[in-house]
Amino acid sequence: MLAVENLKVHFDVRNNRGVKTKLRAVDGVSLHLKKGEAYGIVGESGSGKSTIGKAVLNLTPKTEGKIEIDGRDITMTNRANEAWLRQNAQIVFQDPHSALNPRMTIMRSVAEPIIVHTKTRGHDLRRRVEELLDIVGLSKQFIYRYPHELSGGQKQRVCIARAIALEPSLLILDEPTSALDVSVQSQILEFLASLQRDLNLTYLFISHNLSVVRYLCQRVGVMYLGNIIEEGTTKTVFEHPQHPYTKALLGAIPYPGATQPQSAPPLIGDIPSPVDLPVGCRFHTRCPVKVANLCDRLAPEHHHQTLGWASCHLLDPDLDKIGGKPE
Amino acid sequence: MVGSTNQRTNLATVMLIQDSNEDHASESFADRHASTYRTLRLYARTFRRNTSAMFGLAIVVVFLVVAAIGPWIVPFPEDATGAVHLDIKLQPPDSTHWFGTDEVGNDIFTRVVLGTRTTLQIACIVTGVAMLIGVPLGMIAGLVGGWVQEAIMRVTDVFLSVPGLVLAIAIVGALGPGIVNAMLALSLVWWPGYVRLVQAKTLALKNEIYVQAAYSIGASKLRIVFIHILPNCTSPIIVKASMDMGMAILGAASLGFLGLGAQPPFPEWGAMISIARTYLPDWWWYSFFPGLAISLTVLGFNLLGDGLRDILDPRHRD
Amino acid sequence: MPDKPILSFIDFKLNFDTFDGVYQAIDGISFDLNPGESLGIVGETGCGKSVTAKSIMGLLPSPPAEVAGGGIWFDGRNLLKEKSSTLKSIRGNEISMIFQDPMTYLNPVFTIGKQIVDVILAHQKRGNHGRSLSSKQAFQYGMELLDKVHLPNPRRQMKSYPHELSGGMRQRVLIAMALSGQPKLLIADEPTTALDVTIQAQILELISELREQLNLSVIMITHDLGVVATVCDRVLVMYAGQIVEDASIKQLFNNPSHPYTRGLLQAVPDPAKPNKKLKGIPGALPNLLNPPIGCRFQTRCSSASEKCTRMPALHEIRTNQKVACWNVGTA
Repeated sequence: MLAVENLKVHFDVRNNRGVKTKLRAVDGVSLHLKKGEAYGIVGESGSGKSTIGKAVLNLTPKTEGKIEIDGRDITMTNRANEAWLRQNAQIVFQDPHSALNPRMTIMRSVAEPIIVHTKTRGHDLRRRVEELLDIVGLSKQFIYRYPHELSGGQKQRVCIARAIALEPSLLILDEPTSALDVSVQSQILEFLASLQRDLNLTYLFISHNLSVVRYLCQRVGVMYLGNIIEEGTTKTVFEHPQHPYTKALLGAIPYPGATQPQSAPPLIGDIPSPVDLPVGCRFHTRCPVKVANLCDRLAPEHHHQTLGWASCHLLDPDLDKIGGKPE
Repeated sequence: MVGSTNQRTNLATVMLIQDSNEDHASESFADRHASTYRTLRLYARTFRRNTSAMFGLAIVVVFLVVAAIGPWIVPFPEDATGAVHLDIKLQPPDSTHWFGTDEVGNDIFTRVVLGTRTTLQIACIVTGVAMLIGVPLGMIAGLVGGWVQEAIMRVTDVFLSVPGLVLAIAIVGALGPGIVNAMLALSLVWWPGYVRLVQAKTLALKNEIYVQAAYSIGASKLRIVFIHILPNCTSPIIVKASMDMGMAILGAASLGFLGLGAQPPFPEWGAMISIARTYLPDWWWYSFFPGLAISLTVLGFNLLGDGLRDILDPRHRD
Repeated sequence: MPDKPILSFIDFKLNFDTFDGVYQAIDGISFDLNPGESLGIVGETGCGKSVTAKSIMGLLPSPPAEVAGGGIWFDGRNLLKEKSSTLKSIRGNEISMIFQDPMTYLNPVFTIGKQIVDVILAHQKRGNHGRSLSSKQAFQYGMELLDKVHLPNPRRQMKSYPHELSGGMRQRVLIAMALSGQPKLLIADEPTTALDVTIQAQILELISELREQLNLSVIMITHDLGVVATVCDRVLVMYAGQIVEDASIKQLFNNPSHPYTRGLLQAVPDPAKPNKKLKGIPGALPNLLNPPIGCRFQTRCSSASEKCTRMPALHEIRTNQKVACWNVGTA
């Protein structure tokens, strides 16, 4: 359904000292999603997760990489591809409060994709918008309201209605519930789960919240500084994480229960800037189990387990041959 | 059709449905625009609480009415077209001549009232033309970026680096005095301000998520400009325009004062003060009343502009 | 013999005077904070948790905000009745506060060092530390504070500007500044909401560590039940300006009693139970311009009845657990 090969998105920026340098937001990411699957991308700031979503939809120019959606190669940005892309893949943004034009009624916001790509107008258009609002669980009376009259959860439903208006096959969800209250989050998540089943959508779900990803997605990729460092089924990654970063990330989640599960102490140090990437394994600056003279020199490869892989030297069966002992 | 009826019912049971009891067979115009009414009512209410803004609005309305009905209420309409009554020249204000008479016996009240029309006309046209030129240029600069933006902004900078009035005087000087040339000159001096404002606002709006959302839906650039960016630019433009009216009035009066605007016997406040100057301080009423008119209109527009700014940005919290 | 509480809210009511009427933000809340205790205040948007915290420090601007009753007692004094000069001397010295977004609370044009020294010197003028510091000594003290919050290379950080620091580091600087007056009570208003998960874990651990070292009392305001479980001993659950449950961490998570608390816990994914179906809470927050009489949760509660129009008091149903609900325990 979605095939991304070696995607790279680099920006030209100036660092603190004014020197021109490259910000490697996404630095060689490959994804393969099956139709009807929900794939989660997890990461913290600087991981590049949001950029991937935008790059797949060509909202951010890509530096390198091949993208194929539903069998069609859309790597080249020409008019035909653009038009096809917009009708077949959509995105739901993080902040529902700013994702809707404050001067447009709900009717116009949701109708916009239909107006742009089809000739449906008048009564038929109105009926279609009402149908969409019904699917997302909003009553028809919202149709002529303005965004500022709706709550956060309702606005996000409107954004979802807009995104599914043209019946896309791929839906990219960029932190769709992060800006919402807990009780509303759960409603939207439940809704997204059933929507996926009913419309047979493929989801690329981007989030920093691992518990939410676990709830909704079948497979997950953990990102750090522009690379996916571990990938696998949700169950495997959460129950048997391989990469030290994944372990730290899971251990850092505050657990809403009477006793906290045993976990390692928090990682020391800050997330490096994507402008100034560490040499070798990008995680070595904060890694509690790094191998001297190896992790800081050489980037690790993907080491496959049964249901996934992780890129860490410690998983390499030939570790002693490369040189260096664990600390 | 998306999904069958069965599927939709399943979805409905899982979701939150608010106020689904309302029934709408058909909606009237009022229903459809209920939200707009609500928003306008909120604006009106906020505005009403602002006493200085209401004061400004009152002044502006008074002058607009005077400009509209002027020719029909003035006691001595011929005094605006060159009648001369030397026998009653320089009379102080009294019951016939409320503002007194000038050096050719013309009723100053008549001339001030008729001058209102001229002044407001000039101010409106100047502001209007400036917006017509400046707003599109600003949006193009903000949206296209690159060398087009650089070119537009540098030309704007050049215009802004010369003091406005001096430039206007130079232009009128080259073209010759007269109302039309004065308006042309002032317009040419005014448009750069709008370019700056609109360019900044467009740049900010480009990064708004709903604009990105519009791209992701596949909206054409033209559509994005007219439907997403322009309507959200109107607030600062409206505020600036109302403040600008005051400055435009001053500009017109200044040109008139220098003899570069309306030519006598055309009643124009600045021109009147120019002559009245020589009759100070003994025949004070000659310069006082046109001067008062200028001050009041400028004050009115400034207060109105302030009030509008308070209700238009920052946006209301919901 | 139990210690006297260091902070007590007694039937505190607060309103906001707005265009559209009187917004009844806080409806008579009462709770105690014991010395050395870490109390969490949990709730969603609009529940009044931030307003509660800011009321302690007197940070709410008084024309819109109006105290409508009750008192806030700190160290034997009613903070609501004190003069503003007394409040100023308490702020930063005896009670300190850290906020959500560290970038907006640090002045971008001054170095960290200048800002910390400013704070230190300002407190010593108003507080009563018994020692008068010179700028040099204040600088030294500043570096000690930065070290205490585990900021690497304090000397260098004193000379940096806020934008050169990461979010986690800035929050540490704010914590250092909050500690400079040697406060007895630290109020933290969503201090980690804007931070990444791994950084959040560091900051929470720091707060726990400092609390033990300095015997601080802490009030932690958050919407995240996980954060509360990690750092707090006790938690208050607030809804629409009322406290609905007041329990120890153990009791709250093992025996959630108030319908709202249970709704919240059902809405949060549980890492230990990945297959749990998430359930939201139907309905919406009541309009506090015209709130329901009595319990404000009744409009969304499945077990609401006639008696809910009288607000139930917080009553103890178990050791270390109080609930405000007619349907739980004996009222």
